[in-house]
Amino acid sequence: MSMEDQKPILEVNELNTTFHRNGRALPAVRDVSFSVARGEVLGLVGESGSGKSVTLRSIIGLARRYGDVTGQVRWKGSDLVAMPDRVLRHKQGREIAMIFQEPMTSLNPLLTVGLQLEESLRAHTDLQRKARHDRAVEMLDLVGIPSAAQRLKDYPHQFSGGMRQRVMIAIALAANPKLLLADEPTTALDVTIQAQILDLILRLAQDMDMGVVLVTHDLGVVAQTCDNLAVMYAGRIVEQGPVRDVLRAPGHPYTVGLMRSVPENLPPRTPLSSVPGVPPSLDALPTGCVFAPRCSSCIEPCLQDRPALTLITDRRQVACFNPVTNAKGNVA
Amino acid sequence: MSSLTYIFKRLLMMIPTFFLVMIIIFLLVRLLPGDPAIAMAGDRASDADIQAIRERLGLTEPMLVQFWLFLSNTVQGDLGQSILMRTDVIDVIADRLPITVFLTIYSVALSLLIAGPLAFVAALNRGRWPDAVIRTVFQIGLSMPVFYIGLVLLTFLAAQLRLFPVGGYGDTFGERLYHLFLPSITVALYTSAIIMRNLRSAVIEVLDAEYVQFARAKGLPSRLVLGRHVLRNALISTVTLLGLSIGNLMSGTLVTETVFAVPGMGRLMLEAIFARDYPLIQGLTLTFAILVSFVFLMTDLFQSRLDPRMRLQ
Ligand SMILES: Nc1ncnc2c1ncn2[C@@H]1O[C@H](COP(=O)(O)OP(=O)(O)OP(=O)(O)O)[C@@H](O)[C@H]1O
Ligand code: SF4
Ligand SMILES: [Mg+2]
Repeated sequence: MSMEDQKPILEVNELNTTFHRNGRALPAVRDVSFSVARGEVLGLVGESGSGKSVTLRSIIGLARRYGDVTGQVRWKGSDLVAMPDRVLRHKQGREIAMIFQEPMTSLNPLLTVGLQLEESLRAHTDLQRKARHDRAVEMLDLVGIPSAAQRLKDYPHQFSGGMRQRVMIAIALAANPKLLLADEPTTALDVTIQAQILDLILRLAQDMDMGVVLVTHDLGVVAQTCDNLAVMYAGRIVEQGPVRDVLRAPGHPYTVGLMRSVPENLPPRTPLSSVPGVPPSLDALPTGCVFAPRCSSCIEPCLQDRPALTLITDRRQVACFNPVTNAKGNVA
Repeated sequence: MSSLTYIFKRLLMMIPTFFLVMIIIFLLVRLLPGDPAIAMAGDRASDADIQAIRERLGLTEPMLVQFWLFLSNTVQGDLGQSILMRTDVIDVIADRLPITVFLTIYSVALSLLIAGPLAFVAALNRGRWPDAVIRTVFQIGLSMPVFYIGLVLLTFLAAQLRLFPVGGYGDTFGERLYHLFLPSITVALYTSAIIMRNLRSAVIEVLDAEYVQFARAKGLPSRLVLGRHVLRNALISTVTLLGLSIGNLMSGTLVTETVFAVPGMGRLMLEAIFARDYPLIQGLTLTFAILVSFVFLMTDLFQSRLDPRMRLQ
């Protein structure tokens, strides 16, 4: 896929999201900037708690209900962060869609899947009742649910986990969005169906010419499916660039660590295992580089200042005072 | 399983429960201190008179025979004669039942009207001042005894300001709403505090649920997210609580009916106890038991309408 000649549809600039708990400020997302073009798949990886979900929720306008979101989310010439709820509502679901990790808890147990699909169509299209019904059947069909027409009347608990995830995809994509935010869409599923669901998402994204931000724990998936990669640590992006470049020669010691934990001759979809040590808690971040306590390349400046994300080659950015230059990636 | 079959099964399951209820009622009444025959006959009656009354009431029979008579008569719809009213117990109850039912429904409706919107406001403003104000006010409501609230309302609104009648019941629906307002609001102030607390935490829990986040991410209008996704889910636990507290609510009417001189079953029950009116006490207790079971059944039916996961079970 050629990304260079594509203008980005989503541009995130200096996104910050802060939660307040018991009088303490928790900087869950800091200075996050990236862009996504049409048809591009951006992989977002990082340990648990690094702020991947909060980033997605800040983009689509969910996080601002319970936290402070600043910065810019540029979308089609406007800024979603500054947009009032009633305007933003016409972007949510219609232009930007999100699917969640847990298919068991992300559908309302009291409503039929048909209703949950059609209410989306009703909010975002002019389709009449009959047309909405037809479109709902078409969507269920598209995501591979057998005898779709009958199943519209069923409730979520009557579907298996994988089928529910398909339903959620159908609902999210019903109004033809141009950007899909997928938050670990397969983590909660059986290993045997993870690949199917992922393939479904990526195939539909391609058919519908959507941009995708894919949060995953799985570097194998990233290597096979993503165009660009952003690595998050403690709320910040520490490295980003084209997948091949990053995985071939990672610059940030954390990225190197993530990849070291992946064995040679990587079988597809190996889960990301962790780097020694634990991430810092958000209300007690180190003064200098947030990764310093776990970093083996740590040098004097790392303890004083925070490294900013800077270009190290023409398309690669790394936030590190002492980037790795000779690491051998073994994924791509 | 259709809901008719379900109801039928539930009714069948009630039979053993009621048998037990009958035993308890029978024993309780006979454990009350005092002798109804003496109470009936008055101070100056001779021993022979009292013995005659005993025989008329069937109190000279052995306990088991008495119980059998009680059981078989009750099943045939004969609850005996009230000693106090000197008419059939069933007629007395038929007379008072609508008043208490009206009062109870009225109280529940008022509680929901008060608690529902405020619970939503509190939950949506969790941790901010509207939440704090609402919670504090209801906490005060909870810690005040029903009886006390009633007396305050009675002396202030009814006696001092003459805004509401001091007692009585009224004939038309409108009059009843007016007459029973004070007693109902007395019960409602307490009940609404319980409902508010429950509904508030239910709403908060549901607001955080993934499916509500998903509904929001779909770009649904706020009113739809709250009305369709949040309210319905939050109501499930609140309806359960309401159903389970129906017993408390009814014992609440016992006090409020007395305070406000409402001629309902609660006040009648107190009178019956003081007069050692066995048949009436039995009849009233049985009626309360039936009402409570009926409400439980309705709660279950309502829940299974609301929650598809509860159906077909
Ligand atoms: N509503 C909230 N209130 C306070 N803190 C929050 C809230 N939501 C998330 N956080 C905190 O923000 C940080 C980032 O959380 P986030 O869910 O984005 O992590 P993640 O990268 O998605 O992790 P995972 O891989 O486990 O999903 C965590 O420390 C989390 O505790
Ligand atoms: S800035 Fe220093 S501490 Fe931070 S990752 Fe780079 S080398 Fe390690
Ligand atoms: Mg997450």
